[in-house]
Amino acid sequence: MKTSSLTEDRAAAALPPSGTPLCLIDPAGHPAGTGSLLDLPPADVLRELHRQMVIGRRLDAQATALTRQGFLAVYPSSRGQEACQVGSVLALREQDWLFPTYRDTVAIFTRSIPPAEAMSLLRGEWHCGYDPYEHKVAPQCTPLATSTLHAVGLARAAQLRHTDQVALAMLGDGASSEGDTHEALNFAAVWNAPVVFLVQNNGYAISVPLAKQTAAPALAYKGVGYGMRSLLIDGNDAAAVYAAVRTAIANAAKGAGPTLIEAVTYRVEAHTNADDAARYRENAEVEAWLARDPVRRLETYLRDQGMLADGDLARIEAEAEVRATALREALSGEVKTDPADLFDHVYAEPTRALAAQREFLLAEIDQAQA
Amino acid sequence: MTEGVITAAEPVTMVAALNAALGTALEDDPRVLVFGEDVGTLGGVFRVTDGLAARFGEERVFDTPLAEAGIIGTAIGMAMNGLVPVVEMQFDAFAYPAFEQITSHLAKLRNRTRGRVSLPIVVRIPYGGAIGGVEHHSDSSEAYYTHTPGLRVITPATPADAYHLLLQSIACPDPVIFLEPKRRYWSREAIPADPGPGIDRAVIRRPGRDVTLISYGGTVGTAMEAAAAATEEGWDIEVVDLRSLSPFDDATVSASVRRTGRAVIVHEASGFGGYGAEVAARLTEQCFHYLLAPILRVTGFDIPYPPPKLEQHHLPGVDRILDAVARLQWDDDHA
Repeated sequence: MKTSSLTEDRAAAALPPSGTPLCLIDPAGHPAGTGSLLDLPPADVLRELHRQMVIGRRLDAQATALTRQGFLAVYPSSRGQEACQVGSVLALREQDWLFPTYRDTVAIFTRSIPPAEAMSLLRGEWHCGYDPYEHKVAPQCTPLATSTLHAVGLARAAQLRHTDQVALAMLGDGASSEGDTHEALNFAAVWNAPVVFLVQNNGYAISVPLAKQTAAPALAYKGVGYGMRSLLIDGNDAAAVYAAVRTAIANAAKGAGPTLIEAVTYRVEAHTNADDAARYRENAEVEAWLARDPVRRLETYLRDQGMLADGDLARIEAEAEVRATALREALSGEVKTDPADLFDHVYAEPTRALAAQREFLLAEIDQAQA
Repeated sequence: MTEGVITAAEPVTMVAALNAALGTALEDDPRVLVFGEDVGTLGGVFRVTDGLAARFGEERVFDTPLAEAGIIGTAIGMAMNGLVPVVEMQFDAFAYPAFEQITSHLAKLRNRTRGRVSLPIVVRIPYGGAIGGVEHHSDSSEAYYTHTPGLRVITPATPADAYHLLLQSIACPDPVIFLEPKRRYWSREAIPADPGPGIDRAVIRRPGRDVTLISYGGTVGTAMEAAAAATEEGWDIEVVDLRSLSPFDDATVSASVRRTGRAVIVHEASGFGGYGAEVAARLTEQCFHYLLAPILRVTGFDIPYPPPKLEQHHLPGVDRILDAVARLQWDDDHA
């Protein structure tokens, strides 16, 4: 087993991130040409990134609409963060694991989890509606940061069992302040675990801006202190996100250890539908970020390069519409819950006391319906 | 997992029994891992993991960074990926940084995923006082864990139970908080081949007709001493060792109290909101018409754990237990 000391691989790799966010396609949609640190993904990947971002944005808008109509208990939108949501997930291999937070619903849609299963938490049906093993996606984490340790543990097990798996832990700027994030980065580096941390720095932890969250020049610098390779990237550049995560996964898979990636992006919507962002930020700031839109950026690039025609875009938008309709149909129907679920999975086998409480509740429900 | 050959016809300490159980589990199941602070090269501050790193290698038994949430959180991820972690929290009060990982994740992940994710993790925690430990080394933290659905909370009182209950905990598909009473670490007993009645059952340590003393972990020995001393007063005392604090073995405990008609609950943790309150409430609900006296509790005071030179005043001893027994509204022939 490799120990925590710097291997030749890691010594050769620059631990500190660049001073400015790396990007491959600039905000205007032109090739950025940042040198050799990241390679521009091939054309088919760029087209797929664009397609999935268009679909992801449409699904996100649909989920917001369904919340207004009362079909979801709450929805934390990731509008504006599509490059991170889609770029990171498409960089995963089938055997790799995703550890998403509550804001990463578009990411789990991109990992092909069906709408009804993906939205179970936010619809209020059950805490996690999908089978984590089927998709290799952990339950969406709502306390934040706690799941970074689970990702490290899963990666450590992959390392010990010699299975070729990498864990991708998603977190935000707020979660970077939590103690569990510190412990996760430290354990990952000490164990040289095959894990990638993707910090989506979207500027706000609910209402608290980054300046009140950290005095670090960039969150990516935090990795250096743990002896971990770190990257600072433009989180609205899907090509850069894909390339950075892909490279980090390849490094982790070959035993070169974990990577911390800070992707600088912006939360265009309020924290959730229940939040009022006007209380803590100016509209001008939002407008400035809308001008850096990740979907339009890649679309401009693809059109300029002759990789995307009007007909292609129309087809993608039609597909997004079909997916949005499927989401609406899946969530606007009757909610089906089973009160017995409350007792059946607390332990592997219900205890006598829980069996009695289950019987009590079911009888109470029967009586109420009689 | 099958249980290995029993190691000891000669008496062994609880520490040795726990060490033997870990060795058996590591030997029998390649998925089992042991990790925590100082558990590798050193063999643990109480030597419970002595020699295991040398015997099984540092991929199976290893030291972690000093971070309890990290230990539990990474154990959860390892269990999600097919391993069976047995982790050590070095002392009771040092487990608190892991509280969120234990209560929000370890206890709930099976339920959150409707049974799809199973976390067969054992969290070993040396707990309780009476060993002269300075502050933060003597807490009885069982009620924090028993109040959390999804956890099993087990505490052995004897070396034999330490061996068998630890093996049963490791084999259990549920997460287990395994509380080891530090003051009993150096008690000695032969380990019988019979694994006992099962992980979720209480046992009657001493049969008696007049009173049931209900205890667990470090104070079972004290209850046994009190029962022996009580014979001089003409009281025939039954002692129940709960072993499994959660789930609670209602059947065994209620049957005992229905037979004797009197019950005293003994634990060293603070009384207010403590585990004994739950036991008293359940017995009142289940045995009211059999009771000849109110159920009493003999517990530690409602104070932070005292410094070593004062802890003897805090810990329930034989006299305090016998005083409680004397207050159980006896007929004249017992008074």
